Amino acid sequence: MDIIKQGMFRPNQKFCTNANADAKIEVQDLNVNIGTNHILKDVNLTIHNQAITCIIGPSGCGKSTLLRSFNRLLEDTAKTKITGKVIVDGDDIYEKGCEITHVRRKMGLLSQKPCPLPMSIFDNISYGCKIHGIRGKKKLAMVVKHYLEAAGLWNEVKDRLHTPANRMSLGQQQRLCLARGLAVEPQFILADESTSALDPISSKIIEDLFVKLKAEYGIVMVTHTLRQALRIADYVVFMYMGEVIEQGTAEEVFKNPQHELTQKYLSGAFS
Amino acid sequence: MAYNRFKNKYVEEVVAKVLMIAATVALFVFASSIIYTIIANGWNAMSWEMISQLPGGGFYIGKEGGLLNAIVGSMYIVGAATILGLIVSIPVVFYLNVYLNPNSKLGYAARLCFDVLFGIPSIVYGAFAFTIMIYLGAKASLLGGIIVVTLLIIPIFIRSMDEVARSFPRAIVDAAVSLGATKWETIRVVVRQIMPGIATATLLSIGRAIGDAAAVMLTAGYTDSIPTSLSQPAATLPLAVFFQLQSPIPQVQERAYGAALVLTIIVLIISILGRIITNRFSKHRIK
Repeated sequence: MDIIKQGMFRPNQKFCTNANADAKIEVQDLNVNIGTNHILKDVNLTIHNQAITCIIGPSGCGKSTLLRSFNRLLEDTAKTKITGKVIVDGDDIYEKGCEITHVRRKMGLLSQKPCPLPMSIFDNISYGCKIHGIRGKKKLAMVVKHYLEAAGLWNEVKDRLHTPANRMSLGQQQRLCLARGLAVEPQFILADESTSALDPISSKIIEDLFVKLKAEYGIVMVTHTLRQALRIADYVVFMYMGEVIEQGTAEEVFKNPQHELTQKYLSGAFS
Repeated sequence: MAYNRFKNKYVEEVVAKVLMIAATVALFVFASSIIYTIIANGWNAMSWEMISQLPGGGFYIGKEGGLLNAIVGSMYIVGAATILGLIVSIPVVFYLNVYLNPNSKLGYAARLCFDVLFGIPSIVYGAFAFTIMIYLGAKASLLGGIIVVTLLIIPIFIRSMDEVARSFPRAIVDAAVSLGATKWETIRVVVRQIMPGIATATLLSIGRAIGDAAAVMLTAGYTDSIPTSLSQPAATLPLAVFFQLQSPIPQVQERAYGAALVLTIIVLIISILGRIITNRFSKHRIK
């Protein structure tokens, strides 16, 4: 973990995207329709780099949809209509001519259920690097080691790098997915309830990792657990029925919520 | 009262267990008695000559020669039909699962058709191809046999691969795509995941193709030589069994069992190899 504190050593300098520490995700008038459902309604928000932003809200309020709109994963769903802008580091990712693979590489996704690729631990991490043109055994081995260390997994798996990833425990798999995402050197990490399928110890490890990683990355986290948001959030976005009700720093939103709905949600009147 | 209920459950459990064991044992006895019959009757006919030589002049009255014509013919037909079958079925499975909506009526109709085709006896395929061949004025040939066997195994291929494809976890593609992979680059991941399914489907199809006698009898014919072109007839092992078993001469009948033994061994070897390969592939599969 020391490497992260010292300032990231980035083996893949070629792709280094977070040279710009002020990079932000800016969402402007985002509307998403899937079929006849209006899922996101005029969403406007800003997400800061080098901070943890938690998106909270009751089930079905569009948190995950919002997150998936950040790396254009929504487009693969049938009958989806998206209007508005999502500006990442100055470029609108929904603009024509925007390279979709480039966008997705910038935004690492950590899903709810750990989903390793059907290959060995080593290949899971090198897969992303390979598709982005990193070759050479030595270099790949270095990258794999580095990011397994960053995810706190190296000591646990260094002797079985070439065994199938599906033999690891769920918590390890989730950290592997994190390492895999980090290995393509994103700028933001999108975490979609990434700890909800894990046991308390594993989810604590992931949480701690996020707190460390925010020195280098912007982390957007959808969570169902208010306590988790209280513990680690720097910024909080509260959503309800597809709309952003309130957003601000964690202190503002948790200590002094302005909107009635936010107050009710935080007091546990509904969840 | 509580005790009685417990007792009923216990009886139920014992009855079910006994039935299951009985079924398993019955199958095992059945399979081993078939193998025993084949070995007991065919072992004397087995020799190196049997699998390395073509039938000689007096082969069918019990003199010199072997079954090489049928072994090679079967291999030709099964090999070519398996490859052709894969080439036809993979795009169909891909279309059914990727392009068609899961509730599509066309998909439903297509799957129903394949299920029906699955159940059609192979003699019907053979008769159907035979009428077409007569209409076209073609003679029994290796090509005819290959085409009919391909048609015969396509439904097996499609239905078994379809099941695998339907249970494919969508999250894997999402994971690969969110690393910045293009749809084409995800193929490496997809193939790794479905490879065991394709291997199993192939094994099932080979098993059916190699054992089929009826369809090839009408289309590929039978010959004592190894075909050198697609238009020549070809011999197959099941037919070698069939024809020789009809003979009144004991040595020839023995050879029929010998041919059956060869066929069984070939299937066994293919199955074992298939298992080994499948296990290699499925090691990485995400459940």
